[in-house]
Amino acid sequence: MPGTKKKGAQTVVFDNPLVLTAWASIVGPLEGGGPWGQDFDWIMEDYLFGEQTWEKGESKMLRETVKHALNKRNLEPADAELFVAGDLLNQLVSTNFAARELSIPFLGLYGACSTMAESLIVSSMLMDGGFFDRTVAAACSHHYTAERQFRFPTEQGVQKPPSSQWTATAAGAVLLESVGVGPRITAATIGRVVDMGQKDIADMGSAMAPAAVDTIKTHFKDMNLPTDYYDLVVTGDLGKIGMAIAQQLFIKDGVSPRPNYSDCGVLLFDDNQGALSGGSGCGCSACILCGPLLKKMLAGDIKKLLFIATGALMSPLSSFQGESIPGIAHAVVIEN
Amino acid sequence: MLTTPDPANQLKKIEIEDYETLVQQVKPKPPLLKNSFWAFVVGGVICMLAQAIQNYLLSKGAGKTDAASWTSVIMIFLGALLTGIGVYNELGKIAGAGSIVPITGFSNAIVASAMEFKREGYIFGVGARIFSVAGPTLVFGFVIAVLIGAIKVFISS
Repeated sequence: MPGTKKKGAQTVVFDNPLVLTAWASIVGPLEGGGPWGQDFDWIMEDYLFGEQTWEKGESKMLRETVKHALNKRNLEPADAELFVAGDLLNQLVSTNFAARELSIPFLGLYGACSTMAESLIVSSMLMDGGFFDRTVAAACSHHYTAERQFRFPTEQGVQKPPSSQWTATAAGAVLLESVGVGPRITAATIGRVVDMGQKDIADMGSAMAPAAVDTIKTHFKDMNLPTDYYDLVVTGDLGKIGMAIAQQLFIKDGVSPRPNYSDCGVLLFDDNQGALSGGSGCGCSACILCGPLLKKMLAGDIKKLLFIATGALMSPLSSFQGESIPGIAHAVVIEN
Repeated sequence: MLTTPDPANQLKKIEIEDYETLVQQVKPKPPLLKNSFWAFVVGGVICMLAQAIQNYLLSKGAGKTDAASWTSVIMIFLGALLTGIGVYNELGKIAGAGSIVPITGFSNAIVASAMEFKREGYIFGVGARIFSVAGPTLVFGFVIAVLIGAIKVFISS
């Protein structure tokens, strides 16, 4: 028997749309100094956040973001039934250690930078399936923990090409409830892994753009919607180059989203902040969603949002072994 | 082995080639002229400084070998110092190979790794990871040294 809540090839539609009753975002100093600084809940003074190591700082950032989101509804971590989250580090250490402190039943996810959409989708499906009434979906990334895992030691003097992106130090958390007031998640499209043979580890945008376009195209087809249905279609962290490529692919495939298409990686930083092609990391799309985007939805500036977080599913190991970089993108529909 | 090419595979291959063309059109090229200029200036200044130190040592009556060794030691120290106070990575962003190729760059690679992995302790952190970036330079440096040594033995025998 086919699932009754599934529509088309890859899309799920929720019978009882899940309500985003509260959300929070914490970002690093560079992100806080960007164009959306005033829309985040908290800007860290430094990258350690009062901890001894960057990893501990990242973990604390996620933990505090979750607590802050719950606080906005006067709730304690114990009131949440499920915590679904992830980060970029091996064995999900930042998230696992945050979950240890929070002590909410926990499912850890790895979707590279697509984690925010993935955590929203998993929580939404579990809630619409009737298993839970109150869950927290979250994601985080930290510039220096990611640099040391994926690239070079931070004090190493290396020149980056213009295609490289700046992993954001940021966390975003959303409190989802089956009943409440706020924007709602009505549908989601689960992406396929798309690999167009890109191998340049200093250019994630080109690796992820085809996955983003594939998911967006599938979403419009599955939902049978015109491409001007959403007020804003926003991808996760394609950066300037990935976004430019995605726009070319939209034209080629005849699915150019209108009236507005943008990318969280392009939005997060100003040109003069040295982020080159733009922001990246799970925290990039998470903080833009849980900062300016949901704020604008609450104010009614955006009524229908298609949020597509994008991930490059590589590791330094796979790259050294000559593998190309597979991309993934998941789409979430958030409506007022 | 299949002799006839699988049509689906062929199609995928064409798609990948098309995509590569698109990426190359969109992706900005690194500013080669600007990068070369700064590599030349920064690399040149580092070498000039080393030469000045060597000349000074020679003028103070040091032997040629001693002066060369001391110059290396001083340059390595300067590279380490600038890495420690967070200057060398900023220099590297502008200079690229200009600050990597001189001996100060080698010093930077080792000190940066040592600083990075200090939090994992002195054995499994600093000790195990200190050559994580500089390791290849050492390994292949040794290999070349052995080869050149061997050639010299053959030529002189």
